[in-house]
Amino acid sequence: MTLKDIAFHNLKRRKAKAAFVFVGLLIGVSSVVAFISLVDALTQNINHKLEQYGANILIVPKTENLSLSYGGLSLGGVLFEMEEIHQGELGKIQSIKNAQNVAAIGPMVLGAVKVGKQRVLLAGVDFEVSPILRPWWKVKGTLPEKNGVLVGSEAARVLGVEVGSHLQVNGRDLKVSGLLEETGSQDDQILFAGLSSAQSILGKKGRISMAEVAALCSGCPIEEMVSQISQVLPGANVMAIKQVVKGRMETLDHFRKFAYVLSAIVVLVGGLVVLVTMMSSVRERTAEIGIFRAIGFRRSHVMRIILLEAGVVSAMAGVLGYFVGLGATKAVLPFFAEGHGHGIEVPMDPLLAGGAFALALVLGLLASLYPALLAARMDPNEALRTL
Amino acid sequence: MSYVHVDNLVKQYGNGDASVRAVKGIDLKIQAGEWLAIMGESGSGKSTLLSMMGALNTPTSGRYIVDEIDVYALGQDERADFRKNFLGFVFQSFHLVPYLTVAENVMLPLVTVRTNRKKKRTLAEEALTRVGLTGKGERLPNQISGGEQERVAIARAIVNRPPILLADEPTGNLDTKTSREIMELLQALNSGGMTILMVTHNPECALYARRMLRLSDGLLVQEEETQKGGEGYAAREGQKMIPFSEPSTFSRI
Repeated sequence: MTLKDIAFHNLKRRKAKAAFVFVGLLIGVSSVVAFISLVDALTQNINHKLEQYGANILIVPKTENLSLSYGGLSLGGVLFEMEEIHQGELGKIQSIKNAQNVAAIGPMVLGAVKVGKQRVLLAGVDFEVSPILRPWWKVKGTLPEKNGVLVGSEAARVLGVEVGSHLQVNGRDLKVSGLLEETGSQDDQILFAGLSSAQSILGKKGRISMAEVAALCSGCPIEEMVSQISQVLPGANVMAIKQVVKGRMETLDHFRKFAYVLSAIVVLVGGLVVLVTMMSSVRERTAEIGIFRAIGFRRSHVMRIILLEAGVVSAMAGVLGYFVGLGATKAVLPFFAEGHGHGIEVPMDPLLAGGAFALALVLGLLASLYPALLAARMDPNEALRTL
Repeated sequence: MSYVHVDNLVKQYGNGDASVRAVKGIDLKIQAGEWLAIMGESGSGKSTLLSMMGALNTPTSGRYIVDEIDVYALGQDERADFRKNFLGFVFQSFHLVPYLTVAENVMLPLVTVRTNRKKKRTLAEEALTRVGLTGKGERLPNQISGGEQERVAIARAIVNRPPILLADEPTGNLDTKTSREIMELLQALNSGGMTILMVTHNPECALYARRMLRLSDGLLVQEEETQKGGEGYAAREGQKMIPFSEPSTFSRI
């Protein structure tokens, strides 16, 4: 017979009260778990979407000129004196602090070429990273290898080429390995060749006109990354395509704040439920506590019995609360996430599980502390009079 | 020096005009192994006196000394330890914990004693055998009779072998036959050297004690020795019972 036995016996006897404390804590903990895992899942969802948006950082040479084009419409007459970046310098991007967030770096060389009588823009790109940088590309045929070219839909129409056709570009014979389906962007009017082929055709060996970077930004330190890249490439102008990222992250940030406030309220209510229930339990047990004290239990012994009971119920609520919260997230995710949350996982997170357990335990014990103190401070003589 | 010394104990409830003096200054000297019966009308102060002697009710003034320990000079925790080691309580309404079995109720005073479960169980079984309840340890209090519940309460009070047993109307809820059985049980405990302080309304029960005290309006108004209760006392006079697990921290005067 120990204090633990008394606590367990009492829990078994007062099942309804124990259940009430359990449910109060369960709701509090599962709500917090649900909110946190939902925010995590939505962040994951947004990151997933961002990957589909492709490049989100542009690196261009520094220039003193301002662009005179808008919406793809050039106001003509102004010649840009293009400077270039040395291709080797791009390797420095892998040394920035947030290098692990860099999904792909796409160097690009641009230059006008003559195809027959037409002047066309030729872009040299790294086709290995194009699925990441331009996930919207749909290619009829295959991506080009050496001496191959991918032709934008509008360029193909104007030049009258098909897959397998040959083009004389600046006097060099290039085979059309694929046609780009219409994208609605400038890509429709361009010829795409491998980076080294294009550099060779344009006479720009080892130089690039611009680079695109796809940053997978969990928590998205996109502006920090821009600053870090600017530091390693002082001769380049680094720009973030911020609108999409910022807008979405702000929305998520608002939701996160709302979720935290709501969690705090639910936890507070859960704590109050525990407090009120434990107070009533202690009052019901006045006589019993009087007996314990009369036969020599110290105040600390009485406190330990009450806190043991609260601790056992809290621990159980913590474990179950985690799984209920996780289940709730899985249930509501389709209503919050884009694409009904397909492809978004709500994995078991040991840190969150540990946090949920600790939260339940701390909340249960804190809310039971006052009732336990009340029980311990009960005058045994007064308590016995209630019998 | 006497084993128990009550020195001008006073208990006043409330303050000012609304105050009530339940005990107005009582002096008592009790030898080890004595049996005292405290009688008196309702409101005479006998239960208040017993609760003060049970280290449960701090007196307004006066001293209560047991085995040279000034009980109310002890801190809260030490006083709890004192109750555990020196006192056994038998309450009028048994006061058993309803969700614990008979054996578990008896083991309650041993919960905070550092000894293993087996030893605790053995002590509880011994106490139950002593009160004639062998084999009823696994029953719940509501599965046994009133007389048996009183026996369980006595077993609980003696399981840690306290030198002093405090009994508040131990036969108050029992019939005549059962009352007699309980008195004989207390007599056996007293014969073993246990000091007994018993509050009772029943003159027949009081005759089992060596001394009868009568309280009226918070004062000790009569004290007499009984013939029957004195039997065998002379042989054990002055022999102290040693508490089961007295901690060495109690400071003595």
